[in-house]
Amino acid sequence: MIRLERRAVPAAKLSYVTPVIAVVLTMVFGGALFAALGKDPIAAIRTIFYEPLFGEFSFYYRPQLLVKATPLLLIALGLAMGFRAGIWNIGAEGQYIVGAICGAAVALAFYPLDSRIVFVLAVLAGMVGGALWAMIPAFLKLRFGTNEILVSLMLVYVAENLLAAMALGPLKNPEGLGFPGSRNLTQYEAANSWIAQDLGLHWGGVAAAVAVVVIFVLMGWHVLGFQIRVSGESPRAARFAGVRPQVLVVFCMAASGMLAGVAGYFEVSGPSGQISIDFNSGYGFTAIIVAFLGRLHPIGILLASFLMALTYIGGEIAQNQLGLPAAAIQAFQGMLLFFILGLDVFTNYRLKLIQRGVA
Amino acid sequence: MMVFGIDPIVLIASLMAASTPILLAAIGELVVEKTGVLNLGVEGMMITGAVCGFIVTMETGSPGAGFVAAAVGSALLSLIFAVLTQVFLANQVATGLALTLFGLGLSALMGQSYVGLKSPSFPAVNFGPLADIPVVGPILFNHDPMVYVALFTVVGVWAVLRYSRLGLILRAVGENHDAAHALGYKVVRIRILAIMFGGACAGMGGAYLSLVRVHQWVEGMTAGAGWIALAIVVFASWRAGRVLLGAYLFGGVTLLQLNLQAAGSNFPVQYLSMSPYLITILVLVLMSAGRRRNALHAPGSLGRVFHASS
Repeated sequence: MIRLERRAVPAAKLSYVTPVIAVVLTMVFGGALFAALGKDPIAAIRTIFYEPLFGEFSFYYRPQLLVKATPLLLIALGLAMGFRAGIWNIGAEGQYIVGAICGAAVALAFYPLDSRIVFVLAVLAGMVGGALWAMIPAFLKLRFGTNEILVSLMLVYVAENLLAAMALGPLKNPEGLGFPGSRNLTQYEAANSWIAQDLGLHWGGVAAAVAVVVIFVLMGWHVLGFQIRVSGESPRAARFAGVRPQVLVVFCMAASGMLAGVAGYFEVSGPSGQISIDFNSGYGFTAIIVAFLGRLHPIGILLASFLMALTYIGGEIAQNQLGLPAAAIQAFQGMLLFFILGLDVFTNYRLKLIQRGVA
Repeated sequence: MMVFGIDPIVLIASLMAASTPILLAAIGELVVEKTGVLNLGVEGMMITGAVCGFIVTMETGSPGAGFVAAAVGSALLSLIFAVLTQVFLANQVATGLALTLFGLGLSALMGQSYVGLKSPSFPAVNFGPLADIPVVGPILFNHDPMVYVALFTVVGVWAVLRYSRLGLILRAVGENHDAAHALGYKVVRIRILAIMFGGACAGMGGAYLSLVRVHQWVEGMTAGAGWIALAIVVFASWRAGRVLLGAYLFGGVTLLQLNLQAAGSNFPVQYLSMSPYLITILVLVLMSAGRRRNALHAPGSLGRVFHASS
């Protein structure tokens, strides 16, 4: 009989290897799933993982990698801090949308003023908007003890409806011939976030790089990082160490909301270009996987965001070339998360063979 | 008699039908949470049930077979969650989210060739003369079988949890898994079975959407119903009777919102569509305000990993 025995200290080496094993297992089982549904598994896996990097049109897809990884990285970095402390902000998608709306609203309010200050103000508005949206579940949790998972999630659906209302109403392009959606922010030089479009680089990429370093230092060396880690691992010990949980809830929710919100503004003033009914492509949810795939560590998340970006682009190619539905990539991403979570057990526990009847 | 241009009898009857998907999903999740497991994958199990039920109904022509398939399909899907959280001791919150993502993707893949087809109708149960009783007849005796299945499930869960030995064991496992283990109950096995029951219920709820409410398969058609079911369990403070109340309340809000839209209210549609979610938050606040976790009747071991050291 096989039993699990808790390790005294988590196996550090294994925690680096397990994400790789999870990716391999996902390819194998994902391929089996495609085969079961009558699609060529080799072609599907090749299209998703190989084509964007080394295929015929990789010159086009490679910059896309950075474009997709940027918002995932920004959002996941913030979420990971909360997850480490046991604060579950699941509504990053909503904070991302509201940040985009606030940033775009500020930028459009100054249209057609030609000054780079507009961009700075819009970025700040995106940060504030996302953070405030995240403060709703944080406030309700602290004041009334409501569950932040459910509230932040419900607010995603509220934000999606708000987005539709904005795209059709107040933020609609007055010169848009009645089509829904705002003015194109990339054509408004003062609000444009692109740095080098042919490389896929916009200011969000710069912000994400800064965030990786800041959070790396914060989590490793700052007392706040220590408090976050100790709260997640042992809430009781955290209380003895003088951690005030309220402060952590506010900090983690506000920080993750701020990062998601600013990611939203960079997206609408760059790759997406405008506020439209469906500019958000589920980055807020995928970022949760990115956070776990990266083991809630800033450097891990950096790598994970590119891998997940790869599945996004691969998924789009598979949609066009193999006729897979757009949502199929979610099955793939869900599976990846299954394997990561399942394999996690081996970093905290070891397998032990026990013979029955022998005490 | 008409109130605001809406016949109240018709409204109550349609409310019972509209609430059935979230009622089924919520009562299943209630049992899961009673055993101390928080499965956030309800949305994924519902949508998988919706597609399984639709496919089997289209292939066999029988909605009854469709509902059975939905229950089986979603129970199998929930087994992934059960194994990961109970055997591999994975984090329940993250695994539940993964289940939702996986379910949404898998259902889209499975249902790809069924988009745009129309499912056969699911006739109401024939109660003979009972259906002709004024007021009571149209409200109680003019529904399809699943409405009654859902109601019987609620009554059954209530009775089992309250009066039976099985209910006592389920509650013991959820309140204190270490104590239950020390008493010799198979905590892991009981939880896995409860999770599968929850999966089957959510699957039937999802199939009710595709087979009765919409008569079509649409990608992502559950649109947050699974999350509302989770909220209802909290709203009900883990009591079966209040789950029924909660489900009807949310069904009512959704219906009212649709009626207002149809009546041509010149208020932008999007703000009305927000209302069920906002009201969910409001209710959560009202239920949680000024109470401690114990007073809410949350199972003591809810969401905690169980690892038997001996």
